[in-house]
Amino acid sequence: MKHLISPMDLTPEELSELLSLAQDIMKDPERYRHVCDGKKLATCFYEPSTRTRLSFEAAMLNLGGSVLGFQSADSSSAAKGESVSDTIQIISYYADICAMRHPKEGAPFVASKHARIPVINAGDGGHNHPTQTLTDLLTILELKGRLDNMTIGLCGDLKFGRTVHSLINAMVRYPGIRFVLISPEELRIPAYLKEEVLDEMGIPYKEVRSLDEVMPELDILYMTRVQRERFFNEEDYIRLKNSFILTPEKMKLAKEDMFVLHPLPRVNEISVEVDNDPRAAYFRQAGFGVYARMALIILMLGLKDRIPQA
Amino acid sequence: MLNIGGLHQGVVIDHIKPGQGMQIYEYLELGKLDCCVAIIKNASSNKMGRKDIIKIEGPIQVNLDTLAVLDPDITLNIIENDVIVEKRTVRLPEEVTNILRCKNPRCITSIEQELPHRFRLTNKEKRIYRCVYCEQKYKETNI
Repeated sequence: MKHLISPMDLTPEELSELLSLAQDIMKDPERYRHVCDGKKLATCFYEPSTRTRLSFEAAMLNLGGSVLGFQSADSSSAAKGESVSDTIQIISYYADICAMRHPKEGAPFVASKHARIPVINAGDGGHNHPTQTLTDLLTILELKGRLDNMTIGLCGDLKFGRTVHSLINAMVRYPGIRFVLISPEELRIPAYLKEEVLDEMGIPYKEVRSLDEVMPELDILYMTRVQRERFFNEEDYIRLKNSFILTPEKMKLAKEDMFVLHPLPRVNEISVEVDNDPRAAYFRQAGFGVYARMALIILMLGLKDRIPQA
Repeated sequence: MLNIGGLHQGVVIDHIKPGQGMQIYEYLELGKLDCCVAIIKNASSNKMGRKDIIKIEGPIQVNLDTLAVLDPDITLNIIENDVIVEKRTVRLPEEVTNILRCKNPRCITSIEQELPHRFRLTNKEKRIYRCVYCEQKYKETNI
């Protein structure tokens, strides 16, 4: 595995290996404490992110490695007009692996073409966010014990929500998956995903405009935020941001073993009263993200042979 | 009917949508060639009613199949020693560079001017090209 730019860069076998490694780390994190001793992770973040960057840094620190990097384009040489390809060539001398977030779509792909170290896409605009997908898959696997045969509800911003697009692409590889797409008309899933992925592969799905009517069917409810930065127009954002809010009343309609996921941060699409419901799994999900990234770093650096025997 | 002489050696780009001849001329940078080039606008066509035609005397180095991206109905007649040696439609190339421009304002190409605009053919039947960076679908208005 040289770079991770799109969730689809991982074969089902690589994905399976990564998820079982992450589960193994979870069971015995102490055993992995020194796997990345002497290795450095560069976090090149051209736009602000709290959770993803800290999750990457926590993952590397948990493995005994160290981290360096920048947190915004203003504090990097991009502010002076340096290209992504130039930056990554230099970073390749400073670090062993790089996690890159960039507001422009395709920037980590450009970096991967010029890097001498593995590049992980930590989110590029509204395009891909593969480590969020790994986090989502690990969460579903941990909570449900499987990745196949379930109904997944995706709610909120399905048009610009990159995590939703990536999750669909990843889940269609498992048998028995059905999607319920819950969004306002303006934020429906892009036509290409329906035509080229769902229809093409014969995956059952339905599009609805209300959460209530479908709650009892769901095994997983994946909530998303209506993101201000994805809109060019403030009026559209304000009009749509309050759509589809999850409340304790709606949770009463759901199965006992349904789980609510959210890539976070949430704004108001999940009422805080839902947090105490044992089915609210979004904070645990953020925790699983660290383990998914730990497994990814080990595999991308080729350090499996450094893992001590159990 | 206006008559343009036949070619001894060269290429006839035929069945161009009427009015698109100049665009093809500009795209192929035919103005930079020293050889004889003729653009025929609104020629009558049994198949299309009207069509544009470009005749180029002499060799041309450009991969003419890239024209398929602009107009898939174009046909090419390759002429050698006054004889048509090959007559064929253009074939969609797997990848094109700097022919289509990505207009996605969120694409990395929108801020890094030196990056080549590369599009890959992702669906041959539906003639769908996607930007290799942001995967945005190419639309007619991108030309």
